[in-house]
Amino acid sequence: MSDNPALLLPPYGGFLGILTDRDAAGALLFRMPFGYRVVGRPGFLHGGAIAGLLEIAAVGTLRDALADDPGASVKPITVTVDFMRGGRERDTFAAALITRLGARIANVEAFAWQDDRDKPIAAARMNLMVRRG
Amino acid sequence: MSDALPAWPQQLDPQMIARLVAGLGHSGALGTRFIGHGADWAELAIDYREDLIGDAESGVLASGPIVALMDIATSLSVWIKRGAFRPQATLDLRIDYLRAATPGRTVIGRGECYRLTRRVAFVRGQAHDGDPADPIAHVTGTFMTTDEG
Repeated sequence: MSDNPALLLPPYGGFLGILTDRDAAGALLFRMPFGYRVVGRPGFLHGGAIAGLLEIAAVGTLRDALADDPGASVKPITVTVDFMRGGRERDTFAAALITRLGARIANVEAFAWQDDRDKPIAAARMNLMVRRG
Repeated sequence: MSDALPAWPQQLDPQMIARLVAGLGHSGALGTRFIGHGADWAELAIDYREDLIGDAESGVLASGPIVALMDIATSLSVWIKRGAFRPQATLDLRIDYLRAATPGRTVIGRGECYRLTRRVAFVRGQAHDGDPADPIAHVTGTFMTTDEG
């Protein structure tokens, strides 16, 4: 687990305005405030921004799990995003679940929601290459 | 469902597409540029920028801007093939990252609508950073119209 989850964010995370936090159980939570940069059709989030948030949640959560190995690196191989609901003009949250962390490949699922965690607006499945340090 | 660019009920023309792509919200913030289009495809570009980096050590662009680029290019290809703007939402989008984009290079994405029905559009596309024969990403996806009809 990383002491400073903000360090898990790449420059692109700053571009999207994403902030990180941990819940009571220590799980990472990612928040993307609404703003002009993430708008698609007026009044709605852009799908690309939602996909970006999901990827940052997935990669950040994986890097957090690898924090004990400072030489480790991860690289996305595939991502599949399902869009379930339109994102509206408010904060969007995301969290990710590592379903398998192997020696070379990690499988990660990420979910994004706004008002209700049980009503996701989008979900992503990612396969990532892991290189241990 | 994600709502892509706005649906304006005007006649489609390339200059309007260029304005649409360059000026708005997320696609404007990414600096998306319109390159060209055919009967069923659209090509867009984003220039390399430090605030779009996904891996600070290598300087490689994040995958997110490439997803966004391909989402926009493929959704434009649907409107071009349809010959009209109709509001649509991305149902799903899958990206295969074939290799890392080379730091410093402009990324060019071509989206193609290869099958269009009344409600659903099937799209595919590729992104490259200079050589179309050496792509960096491959994408497939579906869109659904959100208006009646």
